[in-house]
Amino acid sequence: MTAPPTKSPGFSPLSIGGLALWVAILVALSLWMGQQAYRWLPVQASTAAPLVDGLFSFETAVGTFVFLGVISVMAWVVLMHRAEKYDETDAVPIEGNTKLEVIWTAIPFILVMAIAYYAIQVNTRLGVLGPMEHIHLANPVEELGGYPADRLPAEQVEVIARQWSWEFRYSGAKVSSTELHLVVDQPVTFRLVSDDVLHGFYIPAFRLKQDVVPGRAINFNLTPTREGRYRLRDSQFSGTWFAANQADVVVENAEAHSAWLKQAASQPLQVGISDAVQEYSKRAKQTNPGWATVPPAPPPQVNVPGSNTLPHDA
Amino acid sequence: MTSATFPTSEPKPSWSRYFSFNTDAKVIGIQYIVLAFFYFLIGGLLAMIIRGELITPASDLVDRTVYNGIYTMHGTVMLFLFIFPVLNGLNNLLIPTMIGAPDMAFPRLNAVAFWLVPIFGTLLIASFFVPGGPANSGWWSYPPVSIQNPLGHLVSGQGLWLTAVALSGVSSIMGAVNFVTTIIRMRAPGMGWFRMPVFCWTALAAQSLQLIGLPALTGGAVMLLFDLVAGTSFYRPEGGGDPVLYQHFFWFYSHPAVYVIILPVFGIFSELFPVYARKPLFGYVYVALASFIIVGLGLIVWVHHMFPSGVAQWMRNLFMVNTMLISVPTGVKVFAWLGTLWRGKLRLSTPMLFCLGGLFNFVFAGITGVMLATVPVDIHVSNTYFVVGHFHYVIYGAAVMGIFAAIYHWFPKFIGRMPYEGLGKLHFLLTFVGANLNFLPMHPLGLMGMPRRVSSYDPEFAFWNVIASLGAFLLGVSIIPFLLNMISAWVRGPKAPHNPWNAIGLEWLLPSPPPEDNFGEHVPVVIARPYGYGSGLPLVEHQAEREQALTLADKMEASR
Repeated sequence: MTAPPTKSPGFSPLSIGGLALWVAILVALSLWMGQQAYRWLPVQASTAAPLVDGLFSFETAVGTFVFLGVISVMAWVVLMHRAEKYDETDAVPIEGNTKLEVIWTAIPFILVMAIAYYAIQVNTRLGVLGPMEHIHLANPVEELGGYPADRLPAEQVEVIARQWSWEFRYSGAKVSSTELHLVVDQPVTFRLVSDDVLHGFYIPAFRLKQDVVPGRAINFNLTPTREGRYRLRDSQFSGTWFAANQADVVVENAEAHSAWLKQAASQPLQVGISDAVQEYSKRAKQTNPGWATVPPAPPPQVNVPGSNTLPHDA
Repeated sequence: MTSATFPTSEPKPSWSRYFSFNTDAKVIGIQYIVLAFFYFLIGGLLAMIIRGELITPASDLVDRTVYNGIYTMHGTVMLFLFIFPVLNGLNNLLIPTMIGAPDMAFPRLNAVAFWLVPIFGTLLIASFFVPGGPANSGWWSYPPVSIQNPLGHLVSGQGLWLTAVALSGVSSIMGAVNFVTTIIRMRAPGMGWFRMPVFCWTALAAQSLQLIGLPALTGGAVMLLFDLVAGTSFYRPEGGGDPVLYQHFFWFYSHPAVYVIILPVFGIFSELFPVYARKPLFGYVYVALASFIIVGLGLIVWVHHMFPSGVAQWMRNLFMVNTMLISVPTGVKVFAWLGTLWRGKLRLSTPMLFCLGGLFNFVFAGITGVMLATVPVDIHVSNTYFVVGHFHYVIYGAAVMGIFAAIYHWFPKFIGRMPYEGLGKLHFLLTFVGANLNFLPMHPLGLMGMPRRVSSYDPEFAFWNVIASLGAFLLGVSIIPFLLNMISAWVRGPKAPHNPWNAIGLEWLLPSPPPEDNFGEHVPVVIARPYGYGSGLPLVEHQAEREQALTLADKMEASR
């Protein structure tokens, strides 16, 4: 059933012009929001970051348009289509409009499929392969991590996640640390392992995240692109000191990195960073320490503890 | 026509029936809702502690173990003891009266399902008092952290948690069997599928999802309980188990669970917008069917919770596309509601305000949902506050607002008294402002990289956390006018006529409150589609006589 013919919605040139103007304003606002979206994210410090941010910016622009469009209609009806005081009558019964319904099924369908297509493109370029492939690793293309322009990772770092500390082992240089050092513009492969429970390897400035699953060794590739000091955060709940399970990531140039490795190799093993261990010993002295907890693993013995209190970029 | 024989002066049933094993769906419905709000207050108090801790970067209000226990219990209480029970309460009140049935199909099973709620609720709350404290591994309870059991006791908070969740599953399955059977078998004569109110469509869709999905969660939880107390190795990596397997069991149900929650709320929007816009629901058939498209798609999207967990690339892409597709039937509903409002005669009473506010929040949540569906963005923001913000926009911003709308709308019908508009509008204002103030700041926090479930955070996150906490406290305050309204209206509110909102539907052809067997022998014959606003056509045979008798009874009641 359609609207009664007596009161067909007459669109005057003025109302069409007003609508067009409003849509133009919304488009402008949406494009502006799409640009703003970059500012809500941390600095871009890996090859993945611009790809992810581009997609997010696009989604923000589209989302802003859809949101404002729907809200405009809601605001319009709330302002203009309110019942007059003491008007107890019903409105004109419009039960539906097949054409309109087909249109508003088709448009969102096309829209989300377009976003999905874009996302799959980004996904392919990111090449953040799941561990399924990595466990049955057979061909070197996968090892490359799908970065078309990148060479085979020069550096391999073993990342050991524990309750609650991070340890990084540079097997080539025989160096271990509780601060992650990476070379700018140099692909790196991590081998992620966990000694106890699930952890999440998450560096927001790199826009990348991978759960660390006990019983599996997961290969994970990335390329840092900006020098600086960033935070690595545990992103999969891992128990009492989950929130304190963070480490710093230092991205430096090749010379600084090899100097650091060389210097580190000469250091004797010492106690690495574990905020949990410190808090745990303090907590033991309290009269009412709270509920039960697994004790933290002893701090890893490393060549360089590094720091996790210096100011960081993201 | 014999509708004038409605009993109007029976002795008032006693209060004590609400505390007994009663089989009347309307009593059970109110039992569910009141009990749910009792747990809502507990869950809300826990939320206040969470936001109190997070108002400063350091972990300084409670111990970290306590924080972890509290956020775990907040999620668990709110989902398993508030939102599912309150929705089952609405199902109990609305399904039989909307389809003209005297009661549910299996009244005793219904009562058993309800009485399991206080049992597992007590079990869950009791876990605060066992040595070691309650479960503290989040409402997902991912192993291995959930099976670490630091004290090694047989009875642990985690064990009680798992038992409670399994019992909750049993209770919900019992409820689902009942609701599905009632809707399929007990509709009034003439009420074909496409004359059924959309709330019943959405309830049928949601409860079908319960039947399909819940066995996976319940089984998964029982296996986890075995790993915890009996030393099995279903998920224990050192015994050859796979922790990721649990995540599949968990999300196979727990993603559809979100649709179990939101679908009935779509039903509420679809019922209420026509009433308060005085127009038929736009595209009724399409809206009704969209619920089942959501059910079909909702069952094949669960891996989007596990994009960073370690799943293959093809799975990521497949589940991303499926997830994005859900926005199509959902969008259809949103546009249908806008179509319903368009050129309507809107009445901005309390239920309508809650619906409009809920729709506003839901559209926002839908957009962040599409962002989360796309793998690359999800990889960055998964397990951050972005997800917490999105989730709370859906659950609090949309679902709880819709539930409040339903309570204000149907309160006169089932309690027989009118709630107060002023307090209702104040409640709406505080809820809407509080929810947005609380949950919007979570999005920038997530984008900046603040993980969820943290008891402390880096100082750069402080600004947005302070705002979120202030919003949370406002949300805490918002419940006061609601409680005042409900209690005072129940005790001494003005008597409600049978149809105070001038709404169309079988439940409005019953006295307020309805007699125990609803229509009894005089079940109306449905002759039209629902939502005939503005058409002037009757919904049932002999409608005029029924209305007349009910109005007469209203007048007699008012003059007493």
